[in-house]
Amino acid sequence: MSEPKKKDPEYGAPAVDQESRAYWEGCGRGELVLQRCRDCGTVQHRPRAICATCLSSGIEHFVASGRGTVYTYSVVRQNQMPAFREAVPYVVAYVQLEEGPQLLTNVVGCAPEAVSIGMPVRVDFVPTPGPRGEPLGVPRFVPA
Amino acid sequence: MSFSGQIAIAGVYEHPSRWTPDKTTYQIMGECARGALEDAGLTLADVDGLFAATMTMGGMGVVQVAEYLNLKPRYLDGSNIGGSSFVSHVAHAGAAIHAGLCDVALILYGSTAASDAMAIGTGDTSSRDPGSAFVSPYGMTLVSSYAMVAQRHMHQYGTTSEQLADIAVSTRYHASLNPDAKMRDLITREDVLASRVIADPLHLLDCCIISDGGGAVVVTSLERAKDLRRKPVVVRGTGESVAHREIGAPDLTTIAAKQSGAQAFAMAGMTPADVDLCTIYDSFTITVLVTLENLGFCKPGEGGAFVENGGTRLGGRMPVNPDGGGLSSNHSGMRGIFLVIEAARQLRGGLGARQVEGAEVALVHGTGGYLGLMHSGATLLLTAD
Ligand SMILES: [Zn+2]
Repeated sequence: MSEPKKKDPEYGAPAVDQESRAYWEGCGRGELVLQRCRDCGTVQHRPRAICATCLSSGIEHFVASGRGTVYTYSVVRQNQMPAFREAVPYVVAYVQLEEGPQLLTNVVGCAPEAVSIGMPVRVDFVPTPGPRGEPLGVPRFVPA
Repeated sequence: MSFSGQIAIAGVYEHPSRWTPDKTTYQIMGECARGALEDAGLTLADVDGLFAATMTMGGMGVVQVAEYLNLKPRYLDGSNIGGSSFVSHVAHAGAAIHAGLCDVALILYGSTAASDAMAIGTGDTSSRDPGSAFVSPYGMTLVSSYAMVAQRHMHQYGTTSEQLADIAVSTRYHASLNPDAKMRDLITREDVLASRVIADPLHLLDCCIISDGGGAVVVTSLERAKDLRRKPVVVRGTGESVAHREIGAPDLTTIAAKQSGAQAFAMAGMTPADVDLCTIYDSFTITVLVTLENLGFCKPGEGGAFVENGGTRLGGRMPVNPDGGGLSSNHSGMRGIFLVIEAARQLRGGLGARQVEGAEVALVHGTGGYLGLMHSGATLLLTAD
């Protein structure tokens, strides 16, 4: 039912700050990096310098499996933003990661109509070098 | 001490225009201030509390509004929690008046979203907020953030596009009774389903319209309101909340309204069975459905059956947005003030064809922000005096 799409969404370099550097650098290595609190054990995403459950600064990073399932999604068919105007229709989704958090992302690698809630997916990285050429990346998901 | 039953809405004004390329947002706010103060039988000199929010003002916006109106209030509140801001402003004004910090609060909103060709639902979502970096790469439009809630609701509960469409059909019927409404031609369920999909599963007619507009509300003590021009509308309960993608994996169909609604009902000593009509922020049809569930008008998952076949129509299970709402009357970006205004008008009575007969209790609920990402909720319970 959808017209042939012209291209997948294209990603620019992510806006990196002190709290998110480890995450985006992990994406540049092809690793999905999550945070775990050393004091209360909570796994959190998006990255923060403190634990949003117990306010501890004892945050450690670990490499997640990159596997999950689609929690919900929508096929975006209209977006006025130049970066996305040519990419419609494309899928935005929340992926339920095995480690607990959900991650907002795109699902690519299949027709938008093939995406469904509960569908197993795995992470895929698009290299997006930072302003000084440092290897960063943006994670998206494909059918597992 | 709660201010339940001691605070009143004394004046309201909705700007009748839906297209104002010849006006600024400040001019619209000024005209609305004049209208609401005239409605109350007060003047600018009586105003000592000022509340304002718009889509476009900077962080000191309420100070700019004070300068524009040559006002030197003793209480200022420019809090902006999205489209629900003005619903929360009524609560904040009630607390301030109850505490003796001001006597007459003026709440203002103005927007030229339509004549500025603002793409509210499908435009730029980036910001300088730190979480934005985790959102903006993916092209999640405002519409799709709500659509993801709809998709999940359909998956969990079997809710259908037909049921969502019926909300739009009922709201358009209401708009056909409101001469100021922008879209007044009746539509059918089939019209909604045949309109183009903006973000699955939401169609064009599941989405609010874009208009210009503005409004103003005057809040004071019930005691003072009794001496003013209009029959007071009494504030019985208030609640505020936020919902966001908490650590872990929360249920996306549980929204901020659950917490703010429970607080407002407790403060008022009421239950959903006491309510005669609702004004609910209808950015999209799904917003109305999950709001009704989270406020307790039906159980989670029963919203589809509740709204279908005219459930939210005048004379239906629960009349929602008898003015035609954001889906059909007006939506200029932050619609919360119109929810307060229509609820007050209904409780005063005499609205003709769109009047909810014998309306004594109205519930107002505003949602601000991105339903499927992070959003605010603000609830009011209002009664006729
Ligand atoms: Zn912790």
